[in-house]
Amino acid sequence: MQNIATFIALNRFGLGVGPEEARAVDRDPRGWIQDQIQPRQEISPMLAQFPGASEINKEIHKARISGSQELRKTVRRKYREVFVTELVARARHHVQTPSPFAERMVLFWSNHFTVSRTKGIVGPTLPAFEREAIRPHIFGRFEDMLSAVASHPSMLAYLDNNISVGPNSLAGRRIGRGLNENLAREILELHTLGVNGGYGQDDVREFARALTGWTHAGTVPKRQKTIKSGAFEFRQAMHEPGPKTVLGKTYREDGMNEAKAILKDLAGHSATSRHIATKIARHFIADAPPKSAIDRLAKVFADERGDLAAVSKALVNLEEVWADPAPKVKTPYELVISVLRALGSAEPDRAMLHLPLRTMGHEPFNAPSPQGWPDMADHWLAPEALLRRIEWVRAISGRLAIDQPPSELMDRLIGPIASDNTRFMVDRAPSGDAAVALILASSEFQRR
Amino acid sequence: MDRRDFLRISCATGLCSAIPRVAFARAATENRLVFLILRGGLDGLHALAPYADPAYRRFRPKLALERTGADDSVVDLDGYFGLHPSLAPLHKLYERGEMLLIPAATTRYRDRSHFDGQNLLENGSGIPYGARDGWLNRAISKLGNSDQRLGLSFGPTLPLLMQGEAKIATWSESPLPKPDEDFLTRLAFMYEDDPDFARTLEEARGSFSASMVEMGGRARRGEEFQRAAKAASQILSREDGPRIAVMESQGWDTHFGQNWRLAALLDELAAGLMALTNGLDEIWAQTTIVVVSEFGRTAAENGSQGTDHGVGGLAMLLGGKVNGGRIGGNWPGLTGAALYEGRDVLPTTDYESLFKAVLIERLGLSQAVVEDRVFPSSRMIRPSEGLFK
Repeated sequence: MQNIATFIALNRFGLGVGPEEARAVDRDPRGWIQDQIQPRQEISPMLAQFPGASEINKEIHKARISGSQELRKTVRRKYREVFVTELVARARHHVQTPSPFAERMVLFWSNHFTVSRTKGIVGPTLPAFEREAIRPHIFGRFEDMLSAVASHPSMLAYLDNNISVGPNSLAGRRIGRGLNENLAREILELHTLGVNGGYGQDDVREFARALTGWTHAGTVPKRQKTIKSGAFEFRQAMHEPGPKTVLGKTYREDGMNEAKAILKDLAGHSATSRHIATKIARHFIADAPPKSAIDRLAKVFADERGDLAAVSKALVNLEEVWADPAPKVKTPYELVISVLRALGSAEPDRAMLHLPLRTMGHEPFNAPSPQGWPDMADHWLAPEALLRRIEWVRAISGRLAIDQPPSELMDRLIGPIASDNTRFMVDRAPSGDAAVALILASSEFQRR
Repeated sequence: MDRRDFLRISCATGLCSAIPRVAFARAATENRLVFLILRGGLDGLHALAPYADPAYRRFRPKLALERTGADDSVVDLDGYFGLHPSLAPLHKLYERGEMLLIPAATTRYRDRSHFDGQNLLENGSGIPYGARDGWLNRAISKLGNSDQRLGLSFGPTLPLLMQGEAKIATWSESPLPKPDEDFLTRLAFMYEDDPDFARTLEEARGSFSASMVEMGGRARRGEEFQRAAKAASQILSREDGPRIAVMESQGWDTHFGQNWRLAALLDELAAGLMALTNGLDEIWAQTTIVVVSEFGRTAAENGSQGTDHGVGGLAMLLGGKVNGGRIGGNWPGLTGAALYEGRDVLPTTDYESLFKAVLIERLGLSQAVVEDRVFPSSRMIRPSEGLFK
């Protein structure tokens, strides 16, 4: 690797230095990123083979209403297996992909629109959620991603909208159930406007009323005998009748279209531009990003009406991005993927992934709350967390076959930014695997 | 001027080496504090139910706990309030006068975001993101000299409450082999150019190693809190160890299926608190345990046998010197007019007033330090009186 720009492109925008990439990237680091910004995203065959959320949901809920404990167990076991297998395939894809910037964007948006296995019943569908609702839109329109996310069965179930009933709807009057404001609140607070985006409790309530009826077809009472699918379904009988007023605008009674119209307005709201721009700048520039960068990204987001390809291009062209070589600390997942890429370990197995991610507290689709994983060093660079990182790279350095002298590996991975102290210690390491471990544990490698 | 400031000044003027080291050998306090955050918003009305109030039953036709008499009925405390049956193991602490329950309590936060609410609970400035360090870390930094780690945190990451200037001891279980000291020394040399990594590694190396704690068995999902409680009581029992531990528990955001979910979570909570109580038995008179959550939940159940984000919640204080065996604070009741914004329990006790009393009465901090440094610009919130015997 020749220059700092290459280091930034491969690590901050990509997922780490892979076996052959550096030389190609050296020629044109910005161009290498720009070329990956393709509005049309094909799903890799490695991932396309896995079942969709509708199918998984259908089987799980079929088992739920069957009354057979045996069937429920079998289905649960089957999809736990599918889940883990897809996570391994997803990690392999992250190690092998020729478009790591696109993959980083998938991870970024997947975290922005967090769904988590901490709610058991949605767990098996989460990789499908990412494939279906996030992946196709990373360089498309924010509005489309928001709409795909908000109507996806995984999100509807994760944030309880599938069981939110309008108190004056047909179902509400008959069974006496009512509103659940969880999804409405988190869309406003986390997905669009941001917590200081100018909405109040009444807006949460009204938006929740508009969202009633947005559910999935697997949500049926136990006495029902059949389930046709596990896909999104709008149920008029659960929908709260009457007009709804959100952020001062009144939406007349229009069934499913009310929430659609509200989501569209939220996607185009200036507070949303600002909120999204801040999160992108935090991910790609610094934990406390400069206001100039946020302003620029927010302006492009607003001017281009949420075109994420345009926003991504603007991001690459920000001078602030190229100022500091490694301002961010890698998350444990980023660390694991970058180590596997660095050491040419293209086919990690489940044990190789599970141990470090569980130990470092960063298992995919397991964020503790709808806010997702923190994107700040304060969180990831804590004393015990750092020890786990060091322990893991030390352990794996002794296990993987290394086909390069440590000094070459160092130049390839962190060459342009390696400090004198790091070079000194790697050159004088007591053994080859200790030298490799020092490279991987160096702050130059632990950062991006 | 407190002792720490004095030390700073005397070190700055070259007097540092003239002070004999033995002067610092004693810990700044012999008292222990365990601070437990239940993340997600505990439904105070479910943990401590006003079960005899007809309004409670009206608000919660599906969630209200059974009156006394049934198998899964509340544990009656005073004829009006009752403990959730999962918390029954704690009842004997209440009967011994060592557990104080304060309903209608919360921080100064009045909106309903988990993330802002937790941030404010931990940063202590009175506004979300109003400070970059945690109030308990600020309190610790005012307690003793910086060489002794008085704070203790669990799990791989450090909660905001414990982030800041004071070094914190940390503990978490690791299935990975520990690198040798030589390797860590080399790494420390490499980190010299990166202050964040250098400081973090230094803190980690000076902390407790997992091998100093007898755990036995492997950690299973759902047992993390109980195991951490077990470790906490061992570490806090050491004479030369930390004095103040922060623990966390996740999953309290019960928008649906609250009855069975809270039964499981409260089981774990009770088991963890009992592990602490038993483990700290010999120093129980010196121990205070504080249990809080970022906010309470709606008075009424929602449409899915759960509750949504609310305001007034619950605080629990346990310990040998806690003036317990009673319901503290001022219970505002559940009549329509008494509810906050017509939907939530009206907060009548500020958490900060409880925290201040704990810091002053149990950790010996001066009121001035607590009001000016730990919780800046908060003099309108008076420290609670009568929390301790």
